Parts: sequence; C-alpha cells; structure tokens
Amino acid sequence: MTEQRSTSVSTKASRQLWGRPELYTSYGQNLRMLNTRPKQVAVVAMVLLAATYVPFGLPDEWLHLFAMGLAAAIGAIGLNIVTGYAGQVSLGHAFFLAIGAYTASALSGEPGRRTIGFGITFLPLWLLAAGVVAGVAGVIVAPLATRLRGLYLAIVTLGLVFLGLHIFKEWKALTGGPGVGRQGPVPEMFGQRLDRNGDLLTGDQKMYLLTLVLLVIFAVFARNLVRSKVGRAFAAVRDRDIAADVIGVSVTRYKVLAFGISSFYAGCAGALLYAVLGRVEPDSFNLLLSIQFVAMVLIGGAGTISGSIMGALFITMLPRLTQELPTVLPFISSDVTAPLGAANLAIIFYGLMIILFLIFEPRGLFGIWIRIRNYFKAWPFSY
Amino acid sequence: MTTFLQAVAGGLGQGSVYALLALGFVIIYKSMRVVSFAQPAFMLAGALAVSFLAEALLGIPSPWGFFLALVLGAVGVALLGLGIERTVIRPMVGKPVFVIAIITLGIDIVVRLVANIFIGLDVRPVGDPWGLNSINLGGVQVQERHIVMLVTTVLLVAVLFSFFKYSRLGLAMRAASFNQETALAQGISVGTVFATSWAMAGALAAVAGTFQATGAGIDQNLWIIGLKALPAIILGGLDSLGGAVIGGFTVGLVESLVATYQGDFAPWLGQNFSVVSAYVVMLLVLLVRPYGLFGTKEVERV
Repeated sequence: MTEQRSTSVSTKASRQLWGRPELYTSYGQNLRMLNTRPKQVAVVAMVLLAATYVPFGLPDEWLHLFAMGLAAAIGAIGLNIVTGYAGQVSLGHAFFLAIGAYTASALSGEPGRRTIGFGITFLPLWLLAAGVVAGVAGVIVAPLATRLRGLYLAIVTLGLVFLGLHIFKEWKALTGGPGVGRQGPVPEMFGQRLDRNGDLLTGDQKMYLLTLVLLVIFAVFARNLVRSKVGRAFAAVRDRDIAADVIGVSVTRYKVLAFGISSFYAGCAGALLYAVLGRVEPDSFNLLLSIQFVAMVLIGGAGTISGSIMGALFITMLPRLTQELPTVLPFISSDVTAPLGAANLAIIFYGLMIILFLIFEPRGLFGIWIRIRNYFKAWPFSY
Repeated sequence: MTTFLQAVAGGLGQGSVYALLALGFVIIYKSMRVVSFAQPAFMLAGALAVSFLAEALLGIPSPWGFFLALVLGAVGVALLGLGIERTVIRPMVGKPVFVIAIITLGIDIVVRLVANIFIGLDVRPVGDPWGLNSINLGGVQVQERHIVMLVTTVLLVAVLFSFFKYSRLGLAMRAASFNQETALAQGISVGTVFATSWAMAGALAAVAGTFQATGAGIDQNLWIIGLKALPAIILGGLDSLGGAVIGGFTVGLVESLVATYQGDFAPWLGQNFSVVSAYVVMLLVLLVRPYGLFGTKEVERV
C-alpha cells in the first residue's frame, strides 16, 4: 500500500534527479526492479546485445559454452536464493540438479528403450515437471533445515549428494548406470528440434536463445521475489532467525519456501543444462558439481542476482579459458593427461579463485563492479 | 559368529581411521568454530609424504623404518597445516564461519590436485610391512594392519586426551574454545591455539591417510575416505572429542556390518550400499538429536 502511494509522488522527483544514482527520494523508488536510470539503460542494452549480436557474431563452439553458462546461471540464482538471501548453506545443489535432469530425461526419452522414457518431448512441459519434482524434493528435505543450523546443515546436505549419487548409480533403468548414462532431455517445441540445425538457425544458436529467454524470465522472477515481502523475510531469517521469529516472521515457513524455490530453480537448470549437453551420466552429480555452484554464488557475489549470472558464466568459461593458456604461457602443456595440463590447472584455478576472492573481495565480481562504479561516480575525487 | 567377529574386527580397524580424522575435524572446530574441509587433502598429502619417506628409509629394519616415516610425514603435514593456517585462515578470523569453511574447500581442491600430480594414475604403495597379511586369533582371521591401526589410535587418543587435560597448552586450548575473549583477557595467545589446532589436525589426518593406504596403496580416490569422517563428527556432536572417537568407531562398525550382511538381508539396496550407510545413520541420528549424541546444545540469545 505504502509503495503504491509514494511512487506517484516520487515520479517527478526521480525524473529530476536521475543523474544521482542511489539518491532515493522515496521507499518505492528504492524498491523498484531497476531502481536507477543507468541500471535501466545498461540492463536493456546488455539483454539486447546478448539477443542480437552474440548468437550471430560468435562461433557455434562459443555459443554452446554460453548456453551452458546461462543454464547454470539459473541454478546459481536458485542456490543464491537459499544461501545468499535466506542464509541456509546448502552443499546439496547437485542432488536437485540431478532430480531435474532425470525427470526431464525420463519424460522426454523415447519409450521402449533400455532406459525409462515417456516420449513427452514438448519442452515447457518437461521443464516445468523437472522444476516441480525437484521443488517437492526440496520441500521434503527442508524440515531438516528447520531443525539444524549452520555447518550441521551444510554437512547434512553434503550427505544428500552422496546418497543421491548412490541411488542414481544403482537405478540403472532410469539413469543407464555409471559410465554409460542415457540421452539427455530432448528439447522439442511445436515439432521443431531445438538442438538440431534448422533452415534458419543452427542447433547451438537455438539452444543459446532458448537458455537466454529462460534465464531472463527466471532472473526477473527471482529479482521480484527478493524485493517483495518474501525476500525481506528471507533476509530477516538469514541475519538472525530468532529475532525474525520474534518480530513475527514464521521461520519454518520461509525456510521451507526458500528450499522449495531454490530446488525448483535447480531442477529447471539441471534439465536445461543436460538438454544442452545431450548426455546425462550419474557420476557427474558429485560433490564437485555442488562446489562449482557454491563457487558461482561466492565468486559472483552472495545475495545478488546479477552476481550469480556473472559467476555462472565465469565458472563455465574457466576450463575453456585455461585451455587457451598454453598458447600464452609455453611451459603449460596442452596435453590433457600431463600433470600440469590444462584440465588440472582449471580445477586448481577454482580452488585458488575461491580462496582469493573470499579473502580480498568477499562480495565477489559484483563487489568489484561496485568498486569500479564508485570510483567513477566520485571521479575525480576518488578517495 | 565368526563372520560377525571378523566384521567387527575389520570395522574397528577401519573405524580407527575415521576416529583419527574426526578428531582433527573436532579439534579445529573447537578452536575456531569452523569445519575444515581441507582434512581430506591433508590425509592424501600425509599418505603421499609417508610413501616417499618410507622409500628413502628402506635401510632401517622393518617395521621401524615405516614408523619413522610415519612420524616424519605427520610432522611434515603438521607444518603444512601451520603454514596454511598462518597465510590463508588467519586473515579471515572474525569473518562468517561459512566463508572460512568454503575457503577450506578451496584449499582442499588445491592441495589435493598438487598431491594427485605426484601420485599419477597408478596405485602407489605406501611402504608398509603388513600388506594384507592376517593372523588367526581364536578362529577369527584378523588383518595385521587392523591390529596396528587400532593400537596406534588408542595410544594417540590417550596421548591427546592427557595433553588436553594436563598440559598448559591443552588447558589454554580448552579455555579458548570455551570463551575466546575471556581467554584472551587471561593472557592466552589465541593465535597459538589456532596454529596448534591446525597442526594437530594435519598430523592426525596424515596418520589416518597412511593407515587407510596400508594394504591397498594410495590412489587418487583416497580422499573420499576423508569425507566419511563427517558423519562421524555429526554423530558424536561437532564439539565433542570423545564423541568424535565414538562416532568414528561407530561409522567403521556400521559400514563393516552392512557390507557383510546387507547382501543377504536387503539386496534391493544395491551394491556398495555400505559406502553410504554412514550418511543414512547420520540423517537418522540428526532427526532425533540435532546436535549429535554428545554435542553441546547452543543457547540462543537475540
């Protein structure tokens, strides 16, 4: 109610002061989705650039990577909702990704093959189902979160990854078994296979555009969620759950909600990620995958949506970037099996990057951007 | 009955590895309220160091050469732990514990990868004199290495507990874990306490890793054992040293018994269910007791 009233009053004031970011003349203005003019311009420009130049100007190999990064960004936003906003540390994200990936694969798989399949290849349907099944799993797990806190919860969710890994390895009718795997979800819409080359666009271009559209939808939804009553309740629970309880925020309800939404995002991300990759193997849903998502959130910046997207793209691109290293630094071998080869270096980089970011810039890539922005905002008096 | 006793003997042997690892986790937790996920890497580094040292010390008659290598390896990893605590962890004191926990995950990845480069793709023998030999104790076949592991662990636990009970530094560590600020006000160097706890955890992990590698040798997957100590510490309670030891042996026994009997009684759980049985036990215990069996319940104030 208050927002409604104050927005109309402040419209005039904000128009006059648009060159002064962060000078808010009303609460409603502060709460707007894109609350400063530069933000509005920059976000629209970036989405336009990503939708027009990138799919036609870059080679397909890069688009494939970008599609993976955008799908991962949906998962990272999900983890950020539960960890960054609601403060419940989860190392079990890989488990929910797996549930989404397998729900979608089973629904869209060909019936009558070696692995379970129902032949429902319509993309929105299996995407939604993947999210819902994973979300339900999240809600089932959530009561643990209401009983445990902090590191106890982290270790329990880590146990979830190991249990899931065991189940997926053993349930060969669903997953195809370790080392073999099964076909990923089949992305099809209105009789069009999105992952195959068509008359107008190549498969990689179509998958890239699909993930981009979905990421925008999921990101807008998440941004709306965290600036609403629910988001403020999450922050209250994160900062001090007992204090939140005292002021009338139902801690149990919001913890369950956070886990449910986060798992929904993870399920959709898992389904999309493996639709891009084309093949699902049960061994891939291990602790390292969970850690990669935690790294995306932390390197991007905990408690920020744009940070999650930056972090996800960065972590997905990292192995590809380290492959380029041998051309710059000749002492690094490009042989995959060599001890100091690109594959090992990529993983060492994850580790070092997590350590260095947390020590020197705990707010991640988002924090670096804030510092750059503040430097120019105060220019030339940058101290 | 023989099968049962053999399973128990194997479980106690394996449990001693978990108990040593769990002690390391708990010692760090008690001093800085952080679960250090770097323990698996320390374990791998320790086993690796011992295998190189045992090779270098082949001239000394068996098994003393191996034990000397074990001691030197443990000291080496303790120094590594000290170094890491000083450079990476100390600047983070006072930051949220989750951030520090994730930093230890980063350390784990880096140290483990460097260790893997030295291990290579083959299995590397750790240089122990026992291999898979077993002896007959009243009709029960017990592996020699399990007996050595159990005895060493009991000795180490006794030394540790008397250290905490009777020595000055042990008392300081207990005081710092009870209340850091008050301990500082009494003239205790909390920095020394942090450093000591990381060194101790490193040394314990090194011994555990070496024991795990006896018999089968070291390969790149040895570190996964390190994560099985997590159910052990949760079972016992994160801040209970006695709980860590009990939890470690419980996890070892559960695993060994499940591996022995699950194939006959519950084959539908799938092969290798024993590997994850510890996590199932952990979940069940936590549903009933959220702070583990012996953990201190946190008193919350707003």
